[in-house]
Amino acid sequence: MTLNVTTMICGLILLVGILELLRRRQLREKYGMLWIGVALIIVPLSIFPSLMDRVAGFVGVASGVSLVLFAAIVFLLLVCLHLSWEVSRLEEETRTLAEEIALIKIKIDADETVGAHDDQR
Amino acid sequence: MISGKRVLVVIPAFNEAGAIAGVIGEVRGELPGVDVLVVDDGSADTTVVEARKAGALVARLPYNLGVGGARRLGFRYGQDNDYDVVVQFDADGQHDPRYIPQLIEALDTADVVIGARFAGEGDYRVRGPRAWAMTVLSGVLSRVAKARLTDTTSGFRAANRKGIDLYAQWFPVEYLGDTVETIVQAVRGGLTVRQVPVAMRARVAGKASHSPVKATVYLGRSFAVLLLALVRR
Repeated sequence: MTLNVTTMICGLILLVGILELLRRRQLREKYGMLWIGVALIIVPLSIFPSLMDRVAGFVGVASGVSLVLFAAIVFLLLVCLHLSWEVSRLEEETRTLAEEIALIKIKIDADETVGAHDDQR
Repeated sequence: MISGKRVLVVIPAFNEAGAIAGVIGEVRGELPGVDVLVVDDGSADTTVVEARKAGALVARLPYNLGVGGARRLGFRYGQDNDYDVVVQFDADGQHDPRYIPQLIEALDTADVVIGARFAGEGDYRVRGPRAWAMTVLSGVLSRVAKARLTDTTSGFRAANRKGIDLYAQWFPVEYLGDTVETIVQAVRGGLTVRQVPVAMRARVAGKASHSPVKATVYLGRSFAVLLLALVRR
């Protein structure tokens, strides 16, 4: 029973952490909702691990706990992949921004040079 | 102006304070009619000051984007300011500006022209895995481009308006993508790519990366880039 208590406490701490991050606007809603969804599935399972046993039997896995572990790994891999994709997109966006800024700066420099010539006349 | 065309020479520079002024001076001395744009890729040294003093336009990137980002910025500037030709040039003094008119002339029959180092002119040689990689890359890319390309990793190139439009919108950042992938994408975009022989010189400052380990890594990466480029949409 102590294992159940440990996992439950971990789950609850995570849930509170997510809510707090959302409250302070440190986490975008789309990610917050995802993790709250995950917590809402995981916390009850930590209290009643046997809940998954029937599903596990259905897909041919010996115990519900193993199934949860397997599903967790697959889910985390997908999340990592998604984040890599997001980072790639963000990098492209910041790259474009950096280029835009450099282009604008050339324009400003050129305008200033023209302005300086005007002052001399 | 070279044969009635507005020409922009783009030189990406990252910590090239030692060589940049000489390179700009040589380009401007050899070809007084062209504009020179130095794209400073977030240098920590006095590259920007040196380049301005030498009379080049300077675009300053707020942080290091790599050579691909710097080159794309050059093409975007060329596109925004209505240049007919953009010439890619390196800051390390290896490229000889006397070949630029030949590259531009070759644009009459192509959209992108590569200044190739192993096509007869000069005596630039490489050996070992690096040379094998270059041979295979050349073989494959020549078939892709339906033209003889012997030096696919050369950064000495010229592009006409079609090439400028393509590269201003898209230019890979990854290592080697800026050379190998740009050829594949140009051909796939319906552009003609061909080469003109040029001689290379020893670099003025800085050192080329030559070690067996690095050469092998180079081999592996160049094939990965090539395969990826060939299957990309």
